Amino acid sequence: MFHLIREPWPWYVAGVLVGLTVPALLLLGNKSFGISSSLRHICAACLPAGIPFFQYNWRKEVWNLFFVAGIALGGFIATQWLNNPEPVHVAEPTAQALQHLGVIVDGNLMPASIFSFSNLFYPKRPGVLCNRWLPHRLRNAVCGRLYKRACYHGAIDPAMAFARGYGLFYGGRLFYGSRRFSVAVARTLTFNTNL
Amino acid sequence: MTSSTHDEFIDIAERKATTCDAPNDLKARETGIAANLKYLIAGTLFGIVFVKAEIISWYRIQEMFRLHSFHMYGVIGTAVVTGMLSVWIIKRFRIKTMQGETVVFHEKKFHWGNVIGGLLFGLGWAVTGACPGPLFAQIGSGFVVVSITLLSAIAGTWVYGLLRERLPH
Repeated sequence: MFHLIREPWPWYVAGVLVGLTVPALLLLGNKSFGISSSLRHICAACLPAGIPFFQYNWRKEVWNLFFVAGIALGGFIATQWLNNPEPVHVAEPTAQALQHLGVIVDGNLMPASIFSFSNLFYPKRPGVLCNRWLPHRLRNAVCGRLYKRACYHGAIDPAMAFARGYGLFYGGRLFYGSRRFSVAVARTLTFNTNL
Repeated sequence: MTSSTHDEFIDIAERKATTCDAPNDLKARETGIAANLKYLIAGTLFGIVFVKAEIISWYRIQEMFRLHSFHMYGVIGTAVVTGMLSVWIIKRFRIKTMQGETVVFHEKKFHWGNVIGGLLFGLGWAVTGACPGPLFAQIGSGFVVVSITLLSAIAGTWVYGLLRERLPH
């Protein structure tokens, strides 16, 4: 019986349960089901900044924040104790199309080849906005001024410092330092998770 | 200097306080963890369904948008029908809330923001494989990097709030 719960649930079961959340919330306390509004409440609670859209009594809507916290908790419970031991089955045409794009279909709910901290800081295809200096830009955004003054001689990133003639000594060391910083952050954040 | 800060405060105070699109209509007061625990439990069950039905799976969204699988359409369609039916039953039989109050429904007016926003939402949905709900479930399931997606979503909401009056609706 328990193995039925561990198998992936069919759409007609899931759909009904999701749909029943609407009357459940209405009858529990006249609450309108909506999750995107939690984003608005978080903005209103954390950084209203005098913006009219966030000037309302968000404390009255705190039930919504409990609800989304519950969603995260439910995800945790389902993954820890109700998880499906079989790999996730992906439709054949989709799997082929994804492999063609370079996404590794790894049997998890989400591909680690996209959704992992190591891929957050090192994008696959460098471009104008997201270039290979991204880890440095992010590091600068966090600890910027200190580094700028001490190491970059006023430049933004190692490339600029090098272009100004400060040499690979600074560029190389800074790149290495950035990588160590980014990897350390990634390791800390992904501790004990399956990433 | 003093007069400019004085004007600024008056300006903020005179701005109309906005209300939510779907405000909390309960007349009874619900404060503290005990009162909100039932919403936490509802959310937990919701999150379990999301994970077990693989609704949070990035692969399922790809399948859906490539029209290679019926699963997600089945879930969404059934959920919509179930929701509609439930609301009809509540209205028809005048079912009251747990606290004995009348259930309040809000009229949703159409505006072109729905179309523009929907298009943008769809772009994000296809790229990230998630709506706001699944984001929370994914984070709970151990995909902690999705918290970056969630932060972006919050940032997007904030930017919308900032630019709201200047955007087409």
